[in-house]
Amino acid sequence: MDERVDGFGKQTGAELAGDSAAEAIVPVAVRDLTKVYGPVTPVDHISFKLEQGTTVALLGGNGAGKTTTIAMLLGLVMPSSGEVRVFGADVSRNRGAVAHRLNFQSPYVDLPARLTVRQNLSVYAGLYGIANTPERIAYIAEDLQIEPLLDRETGKLSAGQKTRVGLAKALLNAPELLLLDEPTASLDPDTADWIRRKLKDYARSRGATLLLASHNMTEVERLADRVILLDAGRIIEDETPKALIATFGRKTLEEVFLDVVRGHARRKAP
Amino acid sequence: MSEARTVQSGAEPILLAPTGLGGSIRRVKALVRRYIYLLRSSGVRLVELIYWPFLQMLTWGFLQKYLAGTTNPLAQAAGVLIGSILLWDILFRSNIGFATTFIEEMWSRNLGNLLTSPLRPYELIIALSVWSVIRLSVSMIPVATAAYFIFGFNLLDLGLPLVAFFAVLVLTSWSLGLISAGVILRYGLGAEELAWSLAFLLLPLCCVYYPASVLPSWLQVVALALPPTHVFEGMRSILLHNTFDPTELGWALSLNAVYLLVGYIVFSRFLASARVNGTLLKLGE
Repeated sequence: MDERVDGFGKQTGAELAGDSAAEAIVPVAVRDLTKVYGPVTPVDHISFKLEQGTTVALLGGNGAGKTTTIAMLLGLVMPSSGEVRVFGADVSRNRGAVAHRLNFQSPYVDLPARLTVRQNLSVYAGLYGIANTPERIAYIAEDLQIEPLLDRETGKLSAGQKTRVGLAKALLNAPELLLLDEPTASLDPDTADWIRRKLKDYARSRGATLLLASHNMTEVERLADRVILLDAGRIIEDETPKALIATFGRKTLEEVFLDVVRGHARRKAP
Repeated sequence: MSEARTVQSGAEPILLAPTGLGGSIRRVKALVRRYIYLLRSSGVRLVELIYWPFLQMLTWGFLQKYLAGTTNPLAQAAGVLIGSILLWDILFRSNIGFATTFIEEMWSRNLGNLLTSPLRPYELIIALSVWSVIRLSVSMIPVATAAYFIFGFNLLDLGLPLVAFFAVLVLTSWSLGLISAGVILRYGLGAEELAWSLAFLLLPLCCVYYPASVLPSWLQVVALALPPTHVFEGMRSILLHNTFDPTELGWALSLNAVYLLVGYIVFSRFLASARVNGTLLKLGE
């Protein structure tokens, strides 16, 4: 008989991870993480922790190491050195222990184009072990306003519709940790704004932890409680958006970002 | 249940425990369902599954019919050529079913979603294996039936050994599929050609259309180290001499165990290597 766990499965994940209780309550703990590809070091000795219920943005120019960091958190890329713990589990060795507690969305992956949206969501509901699949799909579809799309082929949707469907897949299992790589890339401002609102609502109502990689400063300012600024694979700042703007003596996060990618030294606030 | 209540009862996902046999079976079933949806989505795919083996069977069947009218006693033996082609197609189609289904995940850029879900790599392998047998059945049952009605060749005349032949060929196809999938994981879709051509490497060596005795003695050693050779030798022995040596099949199954283990190790090593080299991030490109 199937054993059921509660919606968030907190105890189950921690027990499966087999690690200390103290670590188990921290959604993400990254220590001295490094990735080296030959002469290139996209991630260079970074350390950070994500507290439960916070939304943190990884911000940086192209090649700053955002996607590689997220890929290491997901277990898609093996660190060269250092450690990534998600809910206490070392994901490079024991990803299976916590995979059901997280989910992700990225423009670099797609759902199978020939399947309908409903079929895709049903397959992923099976993979994530969701027992009330039809009800869950109906709920998510209503919440994300994709009901009219459910029986359409995924490959025939517009970019905005695909993003909403990708988000539906990412929220199916009500993940405690949601990893988002460029969640509103190539969307019109209205759809992007709508997605951001949904993400904010989700994080607040569930107490979920969100880590997003983005180039979009509006998005980061609106969603993030904290910004980890990456440059050439290293963390150069780790602050709240307001503190970061103040530290750089700028008016907006976009100006801070431009300072960083153009290699300008940060200004000290008066 | 009303629509509103249905929606409301989905506000919380009821999550089943991800561990144990139950969890694995659920995930394998989910993935096999994905492949069934894919096949159902395209009538062309379905026709294509039957089209090539049907053409092959027709070609070799008519050749067999022509040769049966000559004085060559070997050619006159009923069904040898059709039997050979049907058994070869079991190996080839099962291998293609395994490998191309895996490639399909890369074409559709879905592998990243799968590998970050609770699906374990061995569950992916089991799903691909189960699917290759389903796909093979869709492909081969109509063709074998057509061979009976058109040429009077009944594959079931091979009797109980047919089950063992089938098992040996499918197990070999999985070993080849694992190697192809591993190489493609590591080297990307540029290595896709391997999936199509790897089985053909065996064609001259595993003595599909001729006995192993015609090979040079050193090549016979290589041929007998391949499990399918024992199947084709066994088939000829049944159809030509009405005898069957079960020790041959014992050998074939033992060899298969070794090849499957090698296939699994190759796949696992290449998957680990893809994680180290970051190629999983670039899949589908």
